[in-house]
Amino acid sequence: MTRKQRRLTLIGSALAVLGVAAGLVLFAMRDTIVFFYGPSELAEKNVQPGTRLRIGGLVQQGSVQKGPEMAVVFAVTDTNKSVTVRYRGILPDLFREGQGVVAEGILEPSGEFRADSVLAKHDENYMPKEVADSLKKQGVWQHAPGKDGAAAGTPPTTTPAAAQGTKP
Amino acid sequence: MIVEVGHYALVLAFALSLVLSVIPIWGVVARDGVLMGTARPVALVMAALVAVSFVALTAAYVTSDFSVVNVVQNSHSAKPLVYKISGVWSNHEGSMLLWVLILAVFAAAVAVRGSGMPQRLLAGVLGAQGAVAAAFLAFILVTSNPFARLSPAPFEGQGLNPLLQDPGLAIHPPLLYLGYVGFSIAFSFAVGALIEGRIDAVWARFVRPWTLVAWIFLTLGISMGSYWAYYELGWGGWWFWDPVENASLMPWLAGTALLHSTVVMEKRDALKVWTILLSILTFSLSLIGTFLVRSGVLTSVHAFATDPTRGTFILAILIIFIGGSLALFAWRAPMLRQGGIFAPVSREGALVLNNLFLAASCATVFVGTLYPLALEAVTGWLDPANPAKISVGAPFFNLTFLPLAIPLLLAVPFGQSLAWKRGDLLGVAQRLVTAGVLAVLVTVAVLAVTWGGPVAAPLGIGLGAWLILGSLTEIVTRSRPAGGFFASGNLGKALSRAAGLPRSAWGTALAHAGIGLTVIGIAATAWGVERIVTMKPGETVDLGGYQVRLDGVAPRNGPDYRETVARLVVLDGSKVLGTLEPGKRIFAARNMPTSEAGLLTVGLGQVYASVAEIESDGRAGLRLYWKPLVLLIWLGSVVMALGGGLSLLDRRVRLGAPVRSRAPAAVPAE
Repeated sequence: MTRKQRRLTLIGSALAVLGVAAGLVLFAMRDTIVFFYGPSELAEKNVQPGTRLRIGGLVQQGSVQKGPEMAVVFAVTDTNKSVTVRYRGILPDLFREGQGVVAEGILEPSGEFRADSVLAKHDENYMPKEVADSLKKQGVWQHAPGKDGAAAGTPPTTTPAAAQGTKP
Repeated sequence: MIVEVGHYALVLAFALSLVLSVIPIWGVVARDGVLMGTARPVALVMAALVAVSFVALTAAYVTSDFSVVNVVQNSHSAKPLVYKISGVWSNHEGSMLLWVLILAVFAAAVAVRGSGMPQRLLAGVLGAQGAVAAAFLAFILVTSNPFARLSPAPFEGQGLNPLLQDPGLAIHPPLLYLGYVGFSIAFSFAVGALIEGRIDAVWARFVRPWTLVAWIFLTLGISMGSYWAYYELGWGGWWFWDPVENASLMPWLAGTALLHSTVVMEKRDALKVWTILLSILTFSLSLIGTFLVRSGVLTSVHAFATDPTRGTFILAILIIFIGGSLALFAWRAPMLRQGGIFAPVSREGALVLNNLFLAASCATVFVGTLYPLALEAVTGWLDPANPAKISVGAPFFNLTFLPLAIPLLLAVPFGQSLAWKRGDLLGVAQRLVTAGVLAVLVTVAVLAVTWGGPVAAPLGIGLGAWLILGSLTEIVTRSRPAGGFFASGNLGKALSRAAGLPRSAWGTALAHAGIGLTVIGIAATAWGVERIVTMKPGETVDLGGYQVRLDGVAPRNGPDYRETVARLVVLDGSKVLGTLEPGKRIFAARNMPTSEAGLLTVGLGQVYASVAEIESDGRAGLRLYWKPLVLLIWLGSVVMALGGGLSLLDRRVRLGAPVRSRAPAAVPAE
C-alpha cells in the first residue's frame, strides 16, 4: 500500500465509524426520547394514547387508593388539572399525598396514565426540578422553607443531596 | 483556631497556585532555567498547604465543631467516626476541597518523580497543573468556603443525608476523584508539550504511567459507585444511564482510548497530534462531569446545592480551560512533527480502530447526556413559557452505545494478537481458532441448557468467553516453546517463558479478560428473577430455584436511626443458605425514611430483598430478586484494574535510565 492509500484507509474508516454512530444517534432519537408534561400540558397537547411519557406534579390529597397485590391508584395534579395514575409495584420511600412525584409510563385511550415507574423526591425539602418548573408555570409553587438554609444563612433553595427516585 | 489555620492555608495555596501557573511558563518562554526551577518546590509547598487545609476541615468534623456551617449541615455528634470523616466530602464544599487536594497531590507527585524529565516539559506540566488548581481554589474561596463559621453555634448538627451514610461514601468519591483529577496530568502534559512545541515517544513514556494510574482509579471508582447504587437504592439495578453516571463514563471511555493511543505513540512515534487532542478531551470531559454534577443543572443525589453563582463559576472555568486548551492546540499542533502513517492491518492499526470506536461511543453518550439540557435551553430561549423537557434513558443508550461497543469487544482479541508494523491477519485468525471455537461451544451449550430463556444472555456469555479465551491465547502463544508444549520437559520451559513475559503483556491480557468477566455478569442479568410479594410471617415463596421464607418483622435501633427489619431465610430445598435482613430506616436527625436492601451471596449470584412496607399485622410487602452471576460485573472491573496495576509495575521497571539515552531512536524505519 502506498502512503496515500494508507491515509485514505484511515480517513475512510474514521468517517465510517463516525457515520454509523451519527446514524444510530439519529435513529434512537426518534423512538427512545421521552417527553415530560404536567397535567395541564398533557390536556393541552392532545398527546396520542400509547405514547410513552413522563408526567409530574403533586400527589393529590385523598386520592391514593391501595388495592391488592401492591396495586395503587392516585391522581397527579398541578391544582389546575389532574391525571389518574395506575401503578403496580413498590412506591418510593417518600411517596406521600401532597408531595411531588414523577411517573413514567403510557397514556391510555381512557385518559388514565399507566405508570411503570414512579419516582419521588428523596429528601423532605426536595422537589424534582421538572415538577417545580411545572408548578411555577401554574403559579402554585411555594418556596419550601428550607430548614438547612434557614439555620445556616445559605440560600434558601439549598437542597442537600437530593435523589430523584431510582437515580443514584 | 484550627479552622482559621485551614482557611488561611487555603488562601496561601491559592497564592502559590497563581505563582505556579505564571512563573515556570514564563521561564519556558524566556528560556530561563531559574524561573523554570521554581516549579517543583512551589508545587510541593502548594500540595502541603492544601493538605493542611483538608486536615483542618477533617479535624472540625471529627471533633464535631458545630461553629462551622459545613459541619452543622452534614454531621451529627452521634455519628460513627467513619461517617464523621467521610462526611467531609459528603457535601459540595468538602468534596471540592478533596478535588483540589487530589489535584495538588498529583502535581506534587509529578514534581517528585519528574527528576528525569526535560526541564522545559516539567515546568510546562506543573504550570498547567497550577493554572487548574488556581481556578478551582478560587472557586472554593469565592463561592464554596467550607470554613465559614456560624454564630451562635447550635448544639447539634443536622446529620448526613441518610442515603450517604454508608461505607460506600468513604470509598467511592475518593476513588472517582483520583480518576477524574488524575487525568489532569495527561492534560497538563499535553499543554506542556504544546507550549514547548515538541513531542516525541519519550513524552508518551512519561505520560503513560499517570494515565494508567488515573484509569485504574476511575475504573474502580465507577464500579464502586455502581455497586453502591445497586445495594443502596433498593431497585436492584447496577447502571441507570443517569447523567451523573454518564459524566463519569465519558472520561473513562476517552481515558481508555488515551491509554491505547499513548502505546502507539511510545512504540511507533505516531498518532501524536491525536494523542495530544485526546489528553485534552479526556480531562475536559472530567471537567464537564464536575460541572454537570456540581452546578445543579442536574437533579440527583450528587447535586448538593443549586446555587446559580457556583454553576456560572464552573461554567466559566470550563470555557476557559477547554476553550483555552483547544485554542492552544489549534495554534501549536500544526507545528508538531507529524508521525508516520502505518499499515491498517497491524497492532497500531488495531489500536486506531479501538480509538475510533471508543471515541464514537463516547460521543453517543455525550449526545445522549447533553441533548436534553441543550434542548431545554434552546427551546426555553425561543419560547420561555414552554421549554421542551425530555428524558433520554436506557433505550437510547442501548440502541447507540451497544452497537458500537459489541464490535469493539469482538475485535479485542485480534488487536491484541496482531504484530506491530505489519500484522498477519490470517496467522492471527489461525491462532485464535481454538478460542473462537470454544467461545461458540460455550454459547451453544448455554443456549441449550437455558433453552426458552432470553437469547441475548448466551450470546453475551459467548462474547465474554471469547474475550477471556482470546486474552489467554495471547499468553499461551507467546510462552509456547519451540517444539510445542508436549515435547519432553517443555511444559516447565513454557511456564518459565510465561513467567518471563513482560508484565505489560500479562496486564493487557488480565484487563481484557476482566472486560470479559464484566460482560458475562451483564449478560446474566437477563436471567434475573424479580418478584413483588406481600408475605405473612412463616410464608415461603419461590425465587429462581431457591425459596425465601419470612420469619418475622422486628424493630431495631442503630446509632442514629431506628429501623424495622424483615427477617428472611433463604433455602435451597431444606438446606438453609442464610438470612437476609432488609429494613426501613428512619434517621433521627432528618426524619426521613430510607430502605436498606438485604443481600445474600450464593456463589457469584445474589439474593436481593428490599422492603416496600411493613403492615401493622406483621405482613411485609417485599421486592425479591435472584441475580445470577451479578458479582462478575464488579469483579470484572477489579480484574481490569489489577491488569492496569500489572502494566504499571512494568512501566516503573522500564522508566529507568536506558530510556533516555536511546530516546531519539524510538522509531526504526520501516
